[in-house]
Amino acid sequence: MSKNNSKSWLYLLPAILFLGIFMVYPLIDVLIYSFEEGYNFASQTFFDIGWYNFSYVLHDAYFLQAVKNTFLMVIITVPLSTGIALLISVGISSIKPLRNLFQTIYFLPYVTNTLAVGLVFMILFKKTAYSDGLVNLLINWFGGSSVDFIEGPYWAKMFVMCFYIIWVVMPFKILLLTSALSSVNQHYYNAAKVDGTSRLRTFTRITLPMISPTIFYLVITGFIGAFKEYSNAVALFGVNLNAAEMNTIVGYIYDMLYGDSGGYPSYASAAAIILFVIVLTITCINLLVSRKHTYYV
Amino acid sequence: MKVVLQNLTKKFPNRNKKGADVTAVNDFSFEIPDGKLVGLLGPSGCGKSTTLFMICGLEEPTEGKIFFGEDDVTELPPEHRGVGVVFQNYALYPHLTVRQNIIFPLQNLKGSDKLSKEEMNERAIDAAKLVQIEELMERKPSELSGGQQQRVAIARAMVKMPKVLLLDEPLSNLDARLRLQTREEIRRIQKETGITTIFVTHDQEEAMSISDVIVVMKDGELQQIGKPQDIYDDPVNLFVAKFLGTPPINIFQGRVKDGKLYLTENIAQDNSSNQSAPTALLNVAGIADQEVTVGIRPEGFIPDEHGALCCNLVRIEVMGRDISVVSTHPSCENPNVRSIIDADNEIDPDSATVRFSLKPHKVLLFNIETGERIYF
Repeated sequence: MSKNNSKSWLYLLPAILFLGIFMVYPLIDVLIYSFEEGYNFASQTFFDIGWYNFSYVLHDAYFLQAVKNTFLMVIITVPLSTGIALLISVGISSIKPLRNLFQTIYFLPYVTNTLAVGLVFMILFKKTAYSDGLVNLLINWFGGSSVDFIEGPYWAKMFVMCFYIIWVVMPFKILLLTSALSSVNQHYYNAAKVDGTSRLRTFTRITLPMISPTIFYLVITGFIGAFKEYSNAVALFGVNLNAAEMNTIVGYIYDMLYGDSGGYPSYASAAAIILFVIVLTITCINLLVSRKHTYYV
Repeated sequence: MKVVLQNLTKKFPNRNKKGADVTAVNDFSFEIPDGKLVGLLGPSGCGKSTTLFMICGLEEPTEGKIFFGEDDVTELPPEHRGVGVVFQNYALYPHLTVRQNIIFPLQNLKGSDKLSKEEMNERAIDAAKLVQIEELMERKPSELSGGQQQRVAIARAMVKMPKVLLLDEPLSNLDARLRLQTREEIRRIQKETGITTIFVTHDQEEAMSISDVIVVMKDGELQQIGKPQDIYDDPVNLFVAKFLGTPPINIFQGRVKDGKLYLTENIAQDNSSNQSAPTALLNVAGIADQEVTVGIRPEGFIPDEHGALCCNLVRIEVMGRDISVVSTHPSCENPNVRSIIDADNEIDPDSATVRFSLKPHKVLLFNIETGERIYF
């Protein structure tokens, strides 16, 4: 038995080593950094241990802006992207001809580079010397006045940001939801049909509960993903996100480490810990809420 | 409610464009009398379930009409036909409790049919009592045994008080003992409610044991319809004769000559046993000389030292009430000739051969090409 045990540890060793060095150690390190006050990166020294880093971050206007942005993005994009993905998946599953074509089309954004997509959005939204962007052309055509979506008012930038995020995360959700929908046994639909169940009721009482685990999975990962939003903001608004008022929490952490005003690993660590606590809390709430509404076979 | 099918045909388009349409059910006509339990019997893929789905409205017939009583229901959606369906795998909604499952169809009722919560509950409990599951109402389907799930499915089908109850392979997912129990249960429920019931099965024993009427199908075509015993005694063709009965009917190659029936190998065999003339099995006066397929039911054999049929004995299986004699015969198409004889008969298990005479009404003749029955 003990021989077997040592053998199994041996097999686990590479994974443990790898995870330990690249996952566990940095995590602990981040926690330590976040409590070291006045840490100097060059001399590797610090003055004291305490809550100052957290206090600094929480009083930093840029961080508060980043938190506000991130929360707005999460609250807007997660429900919207999941809801729209569900609608599209139901649509795809209920048509027969060209289903594969539509599935491919809806999946294309997933295999497209973020920055390339960002470029497309630039063309759609950005004002240049030559044009106001495609969307503004449309707005003008309907009699509205141009809006600068990239460097203009806050709500316009937030709109583009959310639009962009939703568009980027949707393919994966559609993929999972269509496969979940197709895995619901036709027998249930036959039974419902024989009983004259309306389509809406069939959807809410049979389809939704049956695919609830997938929806729940998408909501949780959606929340976590949206809280970690950063690269999409860069793709749209460039690296100086603070100036654009469009920074996110992860963006703030990055700036604190490597940005123009960077070089503060302690502040970055404190911000990272705060993000971790937020995500953990939200995920716990999700788990509690979903326990009632998710059905596992 | 009597159910009438008229020239019912269902064709499915072929998946690849070149091939012809697949005909699942071909020109099907029969009448199911009111209040009877009808078994739709046939091998897998013969269109039984398709027929059932057309009756309940899940499949649209390509041609033909369906009547419930005097009403043409061919165009009606399932919910307006007044049918209850029990699906092969029961299709109980796994996330709902037994009570919610049974109530589900009632909650769909609209307009003047709408029921109050109390009425629904009452109806659900009545249905549950009918199938004796009233103490399981708050359980989820996954917490029930196969037999209990089956009952819930029946309760759910019955709660709307349908005029016709349809069961698709109701017993195939149950183990052998439960199957016996459940088929009696289905019979009881049908008797109690007097509801016209149609059930699909590929198990002839199941169909024979509980049906008032059996409909035998093959390749989408109606073979024979009638009372179980009548079909067993009087099959119209070789397929029906082979399909019904356990152990199955023994099939021989034979021929008719001068109004007498011989098995093809008889001559050679009898020569070896030093008999001068081939012995005729039976007198079949009135049939023209021809090659025929001979079917002999296992219970059609009488052990007889001077019997015309001589078989090579393989073994004897004692079953208490009767004896099963397993033997071989050169002209027999089955691997073995199986005959069931009364336990009073004594057969020496060590003898090489066994001789039988035959009960004429247990011997069936069929056309060698078409398989149609030749009556004598």
